[in-house]
Amino acid sequence: MKRVNAVIVGAGAGGGIVAKELAAAGLSVVLLERGRWYTASDCRKDDLRNQRTTVLGNAFGPEDEGNPRVWVSAQGTAESVLPSDGRWQNNAACVGGGTLSYGAMAWRFLPQDFRMRSTYGVLPGSSLEDWPISYDDLEPFYEKAEYEIGVSGDYSGTPFHGPRHRPLPMPPLPPNREFEILEPAARRLGLHPFHLPMLRNSVPYNGRGPCLRCRWCVGFACEVDAKNGTQNTVIPAALATGNCELRTRCMAREILTDSRGRARGVSYFDEQGRLQEQPADIVVVSACAIESARLLLHSRSRLFPQGLGNRYDQVGRNLQGHHYTGAVGFFDQETYDDLGPGASVGVSDYNHGTPGLCGGGLLANEFIRLPIHMIDRLPPGTPSWGLAHKHAMRQYHRRSIVVMGPTQQIPTAEARVVLDPVVKDKWGMPVARIQGNVHPHTFEVGAVQARRAEAWLQEAGAVHASLMAGHPDVVEAGQHQAGTCRMGNDPRSSVVNRNCQLHDVDNVFVIDGSVHVTNGGFNPVLTIMAVAYFASDALVRNWRGTGFRS
Amino acid sequence: MGFDEDPGSVTRRRFIAVGALAGAAVAAGCVSHGGGSESLSPEEAKTLAVLCDQIIPGDDYPSASQAGVVNYIDLQLARHYRPHLPIYRTGLAEAERLSIGHFGIALAAGSPKQQLTTARALEEQSPLFFDLLREHTMEGYYGSPRHGGNRDAVSWHMLGLTEPPVLGRAQYRSAEKPSS
Repeated sequence: MKRVNAVIVGAGAGGGIVAKELAAAGLSVVLLERGRWYTASDCRKDDLRNQRTTVLGNAFGPEDEGNPRVWVSAQGTAESVLPSDGRWQNNAACVGGGTLSYGAMAWRFLPQDFRMRSTYGVLPGSSLEDWPISYDDLEPFYEKAEYEIGVSGDYSGTPFHGPRHRPLPMPPLPPNREFEILEPAARRLGLHPFHLPMLRNSVPYNGRGPCLRCRWCVGFACEVDAKNGTQNTVIPAALATGNCELRTRCMAREILTDSRGRARGVSYFDEQGRLQEQPADIVVVSACAIESARLLLHSRSRLFPQGLGNRYDQVGRNLQGHHYTGAVGFFDQETYDDLGPGASVGVSDYNHGTPGLCGGGLLANEFIRLPIHMIDRLPPGTPSWGLAHKHAMRQYHRRSIVVMGPTQQIPTAEARVVLDPVVKDKWGMPVARIQGNVHPHTFEVGAVQARRAEAWLQEAGAVHASLMAGHPDVVEAGQHQAGTCRMGNDPRSSVVNRNCQLHDVDNVFVIDGSVHVTNGGFNPVLTIMAVAYFASDALVRNWRGTGFRS
Repeated sequence: MGFDEDPGSVTRRRFIAVGALAGAAVAAGCVSHGGGSESLSPEEAKTLAVLCDQIIPGDDYPSASQAGVVNYIDLQLARHYRPHLPIYRTGLAEAERLSIGHFGIALAAGSPKQQLTTARALEEQSPLFFDLLREHTMEGYYGSPRHGGNRDAVSWHMLGLTEPPVLGRAQYRSAEKPSS
């Protein structure tokens, strides 16, 4: 197979951007993706089979057949689980990755989110750490993501954000009814509500039209292609350079190394299941936190017996996502107007600065609901079936609001991904085994956030509000998975350097949520995108042709 | 659905073929709402209908079985929920045993009160099956019509949702355009 400059594993938020940046700089690129390339017509509007409600399976990969993972309970019992099971912790497997079907909140982390250890000290038992890069380092790249991928919203209502050089390129969508109810209530509480930033067209942008505000939003491919992901922005741009080839239905097996310990390419199974080798000058791993760690761990050789980049047993550790908590409020008047994306108003007042709490998180109204989402979200005391349940559905489907948010998890080294010693996937490779939990302080913060959500709903006129706050036994990584290949200056406590380059092998990069040291109290995708632009910029600047060394 | 063989005696091979045909039928929009022709015997389907109708009874709006929930469950038991078929078989038989034990008659022959009593007893006695049944009934009733339940989107109409959806309305409701 013809040698190329770069082979990238994974065409999601990170990999799509890297492909475009490298191809535009003149490097030859092969972009491998295990899933398919879906389009707007694959929306299907299926309430029971999408990427968020998976009772009849995942809509955008991976399929259940042949793709197990092993989930280890707090008691140590290991169980083989399938992708449509929440414990599998799926994001997606397709061109665009999670960005095809996400809700598309477009958050910049706050400056403190990059300095959690300096801000809060070290919690015993945690692996809380500072990033080796700052908000200011990423700011130009956040802006690039906002403009190239396309973000709408309005930050003018809140002082809680880092310095910005340019406003967002698109105004927010007009407010929905929940916004009109919650926004003044937040102000009365002395909070600073504002229009959520979204990777979604509110006006024509980038050659595509605006959001039609339908119900089939989060979890679906957008029917009118108004949701902005890498599959409809940078990946087509990468292909248009003529320097990038996208190969779908290709599952990476191993990063190949030579006798001097440098990467020489990637082996993968193609659509027909044949093992192929793609030689390359550099290898970029962008397979999402769990699978990126798995690929590195599976790339064993004489020089790297514990897997690539794993000299100090760091690959796969510090797995994190977000701990979602909040409250559901029930109202006498109608609160629901069936306008997508639904989520519209948020506050960042609670992300930092509460004495005694390490971090916090965004609070916002939830994405638009499908009827099936309401069946277990009725007032306490409602029978779970029978005529009373049916009546409650009728009463509250249009008269309730959910406010919740992603509490920043406090990472630990024990929440991790390892290779399972027994279970194999359909290609015969050991599957990811997920075990351990984040620091318990996370759940204390989550409980406080839930009460704050309740107070907001009560101020907004809810006649009753019930808390939604659990205490999971095992790390919740899921769609927001991050942290398994931590970025840092010290090779003994991190996997990649500030440019996302493996400490161990200078022509291998990990560019996705894996490198997040901490994951903020926000949806992480815009940060994944900004880091991808940042790392691509460094990579291109350091590019010295086929004998790449930096 | 028009299959003439006795559905109670389908082989596994036949099973798969029926599942595929059912899929084609759904895609073509000619969904059977009678139920009981893909995975379950007519007797099992009858029991299932009674149980589903305890979970979502009829009032101004149709009951679960009237909205096609039996059809939904029956189809899925031949497809995505095939692994659940044994627990359904056992659970439905258990419901009949309870009805006979308490009232001396088949579940479908009981009065509404007797049927509810049996459903409650089943929930007590076979909580795993009952939870599953409750979930699947809700899915069939409140989920997308494409899977054979929620006939004519009746539950969505009940909740005040338009179907087909009206898009584009309220797009410019706000007079105030916030500056970005």
